[in-house]
Amino acid sequence: MYDPTVARLTYRALLGRRRAALLAVLPALLLLIATVVRVMDLADQDVAVNLLSGFALATMVPLIGVIAGTGAIGPEIDDGSIVYLLSKPVKRPTIIVTKLVVAVAVTMAFSALPVLLAGFILVGGDQQIAVAFALAALFASLAYSALFLLLGTVTRHAVVFGLVYALLWETLIGSLMPGARTLSVQQWGLAVADEVVASGVRLDADVSLGPAAVLIAVVTVAGTWYAGQRLKVLTLAGEE
Amino acid sequence: MTTIRIDHVSRWFGNVVAVNDVTMDVGPGVTGLLGPNGAGKSTLISMMAGFLAPSVGTVTLDGATIWRNEGVYRHIGIVPEREGMYDFLTGEEFVRANAELHGLPDPGAASRRALATVEMEYAQDRRIDTYSKGMRQRVKMASALVHEPAVLLLDEPFNGMDPRQRMQLMTLLRRMGEEGRTVLFSSHILEEVEQLAAHIEVIVAGRHAASGDFRRIRRLMTDRPHRYLVRSTDDRALAAALIADDSTAGIELDWNERALRVQAIDFARFTRELPRIARAHDIRLLTVSPSDESLESVFAYLVSA
Repeated sequence: MYDPTVARLTYRALLGRRRAALLAVLPALLLLIATVVRVMDLADQDVAVNLLSGFALATMVPLIGVIAGTGAIGPEIDDGSIVYLLSKPVKRPTIIVTKLVVAVAVTMAFSALPVLLAGFILVGGDQQIAVAFALAALFASLAYSALFLLLGTVTRHAVVFGLVYALLWETLIGSLMPGARTLSVQQWGLAVADEVVASGVRLDADVSLGPAAVLIAVVTVAGTWYAGQRLKVLTLAGEE
Repeated sequence: MTTIRIDHVSRWFGNVVAVNDVTMDVGPGVTGLLGPNGAGKSTLISMMAGFLAPSVGTVTLDGATIWRNEGVYRHIGIVPEREGMYDFLTGEEFVRANAELHGLPDPGAASRRALATVEMEYAQDRRIDTYSKGMRQRVKMASALVHEPAVLLLDEPFNGMDPRQRMQLMTLLRRMGEEGRTVLFSSHILEEVEQLAAHIEVIVAGRHAASGDFRRIRRLMTDRPHRYLVRSTDDRALAAALIADDSTAGIELDWNERALRVQAIDFARFTRELPRIARAHDIRLLTVSPSDESLESVFAYLVSA
């Protein structure tokens, strides 16, 4: 279910100069803000929770997910180079699972890790806030990667749809329509954080841990399975 | 013996029929798929390569369906027309990645062999985005050859190649054909196909127009009625004299062009008799030019035949 060559090609495509720079912008911003807040001695629990939930989990993680998830397959389908993967005796689901692993690893590296660091910079080990949000980012990365990888196999405009989902659905609609928040990866992540964080901190996740875990698992597995099906019937016609 | 069998295959995209009820076998040796641009050659090759499902009909490799059957790629090598090919890799990394994806026991040795076959060792450590079009084409070729497939499919492989590279590739493909591999390439240039392919399949407007060796295709193309534009010192008298001869089937006085439009049915006789008839009637020929020599019109004739 995992092909090292597919993984290598995907890593190199994802971490090419321009895309790597794009991936690094938001985490760098997060770390910068955390450092400034800390240096100015404004860091407390509330500030940390607000920054990690309002900026990191709500905006940074989904955006990184869009870049890594769609970037793991979209450009190859776009420029036709996927033909070199598809013209091989490699099972289509293997290609998808490998690309998912890469996308998840990259999303985690560029989101969960900076979140952990930012948390420690802000409040150290206080109330497990850093670890809680890092775990939230970790699980959200899984669902986002699967979701956006699938999007990359479904449409040529995956990045646009990904951004619309990440920005509109997760932030705007989520805050306007309470019901929509149950179906938000961000809330599932928050549920994980809520479970880990010490009882002194309230995160008000809209979903409890059980359903959140189930939903993350369902989105990841179903998304990956369907992406594999899409790849099996992916049509590559010539330039006529 | 490896044969791709296309059996009553049609493929449409919405309302547009790209391939229309085509049946053909492609066997060992070099086969040229000839047709004008937009004739459906790429669509047909995409179906042979398993990247496109036929709307109806079947495409099989020695009896095995190609669509959704990734096992067939052990026997098929593909040189696509599109340029996208992991430009951030070096030529060597690219070919080796292809060897690894095939699960070859020694991908390093296989990629070295393939790169040597296309004579690209000298540039194998340069990134692909620094390559010229001809170099990219050769690296694509190496990636298709790396597992020494029995079938090689090439979509417009000579596009953008200079004459020397063209010769090189022709030699290589000829050799693969002689080795008993099934080599199929598409082209819209008759001379290209004629030089290389022992067997030619002609596709026009999605239909299978003709099939055979190049002599047969050539004959089909030269035996058709030819149209000529003729200007002379006395068009009307010349027209009267020409229509009396067996070599013509119709003559039109084109007043806008101030010329004759002559349809010759016996091409050889017409070219022999025209000057004689003119001289016998003391008429000077000013212009004699074929008016339908474009490949498109040749193809159009083949389809209606």
